[in-house]
Parts: sequence; C-alpha cells; structure tokens
Amino acid sequence: MTLQHQEEYRDPQLSRRLIDAIRRTSTRPINLMEVCGTHTMSIFRHGIRDVLPDTIRLLSGPGCPVCVTAQPEIDTFIAYARVDDAIVTTFGDLLRVPGTASSLQKEKAAGRDIRIVYSAFDALKIAQANPDRQVVFLGVGFETTAPTIAASVLSAREMNVTNFLVACAHKTVPTALEALMQSDQVQINGFLLPGHVSVILGLQAYRPFFDQYQVPSVVAGFEPADILEAVRRLVEQIEQGAPRLDNAYGRAVGEDGNPKARSVMATVFEPVDAVFRGIGTIPGSGLRIRPAFAAHDAAIQLPVQVPESREPAGCACGEILIGAKTPPECPLFRKACTPENPIGPCMVSSEGTCAAYYRFHH
Amino acid sequence: MTPELISLDHGSGGKIAHRLTAELLLPLFDNPILSDLHDGAVLTLNGNTRVAFSTDTFTVTPLFFPGGDIGELAVNGTVNDVAMCGATPLFISLALIIEEGFPMAELTRILESINRAANAAGVTVVTGDTKVVPKGAADGLFINTSGIGLIPEDVRIGSTGAQPGDKIILSGTMADHGMTIMTQREGLTFDSAIESDSAPLNHMVAKILAASSNVHVLRDPTRGGVGTTLNEIAESSQAGIVLQESWLPMHDAVAGVCELLGFDPLYVANEGKLLAFVAAEDAEAVLAAIRSDTYGREACIIGEVTAEHPNQVVLETRIGGRRIVDMLTGEQLPRIC
Repeated sequence: MTLQHQEEYRDPQLSRRLIDAIRRTSTRPINLMEVCGTHTMSIFRHGIRDVLPDTIRLLSGPGCPVCVTAQPEIDTFIAYARVDDAIVTTFGDLLRVPGTASSLQKEKAAGRDIRIVYSAFDALKIAQANPDRQVVFLGVGFETTAPTIAASVLSAREMNVTNFLVACAHKTVPTALEALMQSDQVQINGFLLPGHVSVILGLQAYRPFFDQYQVPSVVAGFEPADILEAVRRLVEQIEQGAPRLDNAYGRAVGEDGNPKARSVMATVFEPVDAVFRGIGTIPGSGLRIRPAFAAHDAAIQLPVQVPESREPAGCACGEILIGAKTPPECPLFRKACTPENPIGPCMVSSEGTCAAYYRFHH
Repeated sequence: MTPELISLDHGSGGKIAHRLTAELLLPLFDNPILSDLHDGAVLTLNGNTRVAFSTDTFTVTPLFFPGGDIGELAVNGTVNDVAMCGATPLFISLALIIEEGFPMAELTRILESINRAANAAGVTVVTGDTKVVPKGAADGLFINTSGIGLIPEDVRIGSTGAQPGDKIILSGTMADHGMTIMTQREGLTFDSAIESDSAPLNHMVAKILAASSNVHVLRDPTRGGVGTTLNEIAESSQAGIVLQESWLPMHDAVAGVCELLGFDPLYVANEGKLLAFVAAEDAEAVLAAIRSDTYGREACIIGEVTAEHPNQVVLETRIGGRRIVDMLTGEQLPRIC
C-alpha cells in the first residue's frame, strides 16, 4: 500500500494560486459548511481558515460519526459492554464518549471486555475465536464504514458465525443535508461535500437533494489544495448566482460511486428514521439490519435494559453539529469540557469540532 | 458515581499522564530534584561531582519488531535519558519480570540483544533482578533498567533553558518507532517496510557538546512524540516555539501510515531521536555534529524559540496558515473513517 499524490496536493505554490483566486472572486459574506469530520480536521491541521478572506466563514457540520451518534445509542453500547461474557468490539473514537452515566473506556477499566478494532472483519475473527461468547460490533459511521460492516454480516452468515452481532447505528449523509437546509437556525450558502462518502455513493446520490434545494455543492478531497479548489468553485458559483453540483475530487469520485459497495449495503441494511444528535429525528436517515439478517442484529439477539438517557447539561454539541454555534460560544468549552474531561462527544473524537478548536485554534 | 480507575490514557505520556504525576506523585515526593521533571535526575555528590540518574520500564507488544526488540529498547531508552542530562552514561541495572511459560529461547535472544546494545552504547550492566510471575499476571516480559552517568563540569543542560532565538534541531525523522509498533500490532503490511528507530544517542550527545557550549536543552521525544515534548519545554522555559511544517523530516511510508490511521505524527513515539535547543550562532555547527553521527544523518532545523506566545507551540503550515500544536491528551486512537 502506498499513498501517492499526497505531496502534490500540499504544494504551497498551487495552494497560493488557489488562495489568490478565492480572494479575487469573493466579495460578499458567505457561510460554507464542510459536512465531513475529516474535512474539519484537515482545515484545522493545515491552517486553512487563516488563509481565507474574512468574507468566507467555514462552518463544521454533522460529519463526525461519533458526534452525531445519539445519547441513547451510546448508552445502549455501554449496556452491551455490561452483559456478562459479551465482548464488545469498537472503533477507537467511541471509547471515550461519555454516556449518561459511564463510558466504554470506564467500563473497560472496570474489567469489561471491550476491544478496539480497525474493521468489522477483525471483530468477526474475534467471534470465530470465541464461539461461546457473543461478540458485538458497534456499527457507527456513514456510508464509508457501512459497506464493510455489511460485508462482515454477509461473511458471518456464510461461515455460520452465529455469535457475531452488529449494533447498527449508521447514519446517511444525503438525508442529513436536507435536514440542514430545512433548519432555520443556520444559513448555509454552499456545501463542501464529503470525499470518502462520495467515493461510495457517487455524485448521483446528491442529485435529488441538489435538484430540490439548488444550493452550491462541491465534493472535495482532503489535502489543502483539494479543499481550497472546492472553496474556489463554491465562491465562483455563489458570486455568479449559478449553483451547481460539482466534483472537485475527480481522482477518487465518479458519478456512480462504488455500485458493488452500495449493493452490499442495500442487501444487509434498510433505511430507518434515525436520531442525529443536535438535529433530532430525520426520516430515513439511518440504517438498520434487514429482518433476513436478524440473526446478526444485536438489537434483536441481545436485548438490554438501557436506563433513561440524558444529554449532558449545558452542552452545546447539538447546536455546534449544525453550525449554529461555534465551540467558543458554548459555556462549557475549555472550562468544564476539555479533551481530558469531555462532556460532549464533539470534544472526544479527533474529528469533533470542539476537539479541533481546542487543539488547533488560537 | 463510579470510582475513578486507571485507564491506558494515564500511561500515554500526554496531559492525562501529566495530571497523574502532578496531582498524585509530586505532592507526595516533592523535592527540587524531582520537580525538574527532566528525563533524568541530576544529583550532586561530594559537593562537586554531578551524576545523572534515570529509570524506565519497558512493556511493548510485540516483543520483537522491525528495527529492534524490547531488550535493545530497554538499554537505549535509559542510556538516552541519562545522555539528555548532558551526562556520559556508564552503568545500568537490569530487572526482568517474566511471565510463567515464557519461551527460554526468546529470553536468550532478548538478553543477547541487551548485551549488544550495552556494548554499542558503551555501558556496563552492573546489577539486576529476575522475578517470575504466574501466567496471566504479566504480558510475556517486562523490563526495567536504571542508569547513571557523569556530567562533565562545564555542561549545564536542563529542560528549562530554552531562550528566544534558539534554533530547534530534530536529529532525524519522526514517528518511526510508534508507527512500526502500531502496524505490527494490527498486522498491517505495506509496500515499503517501516522500522523502529531505536538507537543509543549518547555518542551523538558527546559530539553535540563538543561542537558548542551554547546547547540549552536536550530531550528525546519518546512517548507523546515531538509535539508533547516541545510543549513540555515551552512550558518549563516559559518560551514560545514556532515550527515550520515543511521542515519536519518524515519517511514517506511512515507519513502514509499516519494518514491512513488518522494519527498525527507529532504525537507518535520515537526511540532514537533527540531535540536540541541551540543558540542561533552555533546551530549550523551543532547540526553538522549531529549529521556526522550514524543516527543523525537526517537531522534538520525544525523551528525556533520566540518571546511571543509563551508556553505555546505554533506550527506554520505549508500553505501559510498557523495552528497550535497542543500537548497530547491521552492515547491516540484510530479513527472511524
């Protein structure tokens, strides 16, 4: 495995030319939202806010998988960890997210068997190695993680690994965009659409959204020049009053995306109304396991008692996730809520907006 | 409320680990030598003999990895901590905690590796201890080493001496050790091999001190990485630090793995690198001295000390933006997508 091209998209001269073009074109104040947590991180890591003109305000959207996971879902995950003899397998970012009364990290320190994995297939291997224990994989994330997790469920069925269960809390991006456009709390003039998600979905997935709302939308990659080029195209569209659905990440994203990945996803999952932290219930914005695969659905196979969930008092994560507030506007930010002692999920995940502000913003 | 328990974050070398030291350990054992919080303690014996004394415990999975093993790490780690005080490391101790059932052949290999590393660094193992614990009570093998060394009379190296105008030299590429261990642990394979940088730095330190008497700080950025170590230096020296992103040396393959797993290389462990803070007029001479050492060929100046923004480390990015490099909080965890 090698990562090529990365350097050329970090070329200072290319970036300088794009910055100049943006500065020349941008005349009126606009709000652009990056929907993806990896974009948020990249924008901070490369100091992109610093080099943009004052007319452009970048808002961070609901693109951090851990952050949008609703409190009852987090509490359910913690309840799975407390089931005797169960093994909970999870992506690393979820570990520190505070639930109503505990966190997976605290449960782990208290002796519950919680293991960090990089892929659902690692969890499947753990299930094969521990046939007498139930292994729950915590399925969070958008269309980037969902296909692999769906594939792991197909493999589990094929190999008859009956103790492999998925706790499905997946969310989907295009439906969330619609909810953001319907919100009266924030005015968005253009969207930087996520790169990784679009590799799977393709440009076609955004067409119904774009046709309805006619808001400038550009798919962006993750290197500084990728993001600057997408911003440049958004500014141009807005200044010309000519909204388009555009792709500035052509080296990875096509019209159709990855049909095979989408078909695997559609075989195992079906749309369901889901609760986004900060936004509330969005019809059809989540994924659940289809009845045909109920044997691997933790929600069915491993019923748990979840005490009533409470959002942390005073936490503005919800408003921050839709760009209605920036972290410094939250009363807890840097005071009660820090990366060592996070109150809300946006301070936990490395892709969370609060964590990014805390670490990088001066 | 659930009682507070020790989590892996308490051992990460980041902020949470610092809090444990500051709140639990320092108040109990408070003394001026300890509160320096340098890589080793500097002791004055008989009125004028200055001795550097340091200890470190090594736990790593897997025990053998590309570029080294736990034995070599245990010698180099302590040798380097002593050397960072400006001392010539002389003697080390060796304590083994072995899990019942550990293969004798592996132990032999590790002891041979310890012997080779001690010879290479020029230190002698003069005392030790062996304990065997029941199966499950340890993860294979843990090693503790302590070391002492003599500090030459005219050498004054601390962690608080960074001065505005100082150039900051990093003796080679970042993040090699930490990412090697990470990829081994996760069974990830890549086109180009990546290797731990485990190496003794005492000979390099001797060359640095011979080249300049204006070296203000030496530190090896192990756990917590370059970013955390620079924050510690900025804080204890009450100075600001500015880094140039494009000057930070990294192997391409390591940079690629970091991207892939979402790790910031500034917070990934190194086991054979040092940071030297040197008065500007001597920076080129010290850089040349470091580059003349086997383990310093890729050394670079990565930034400088400023009177602005005291206690803060700021990075100027390649595209001309600026961002804060904060101290690591807890263990870096692989992200979701």
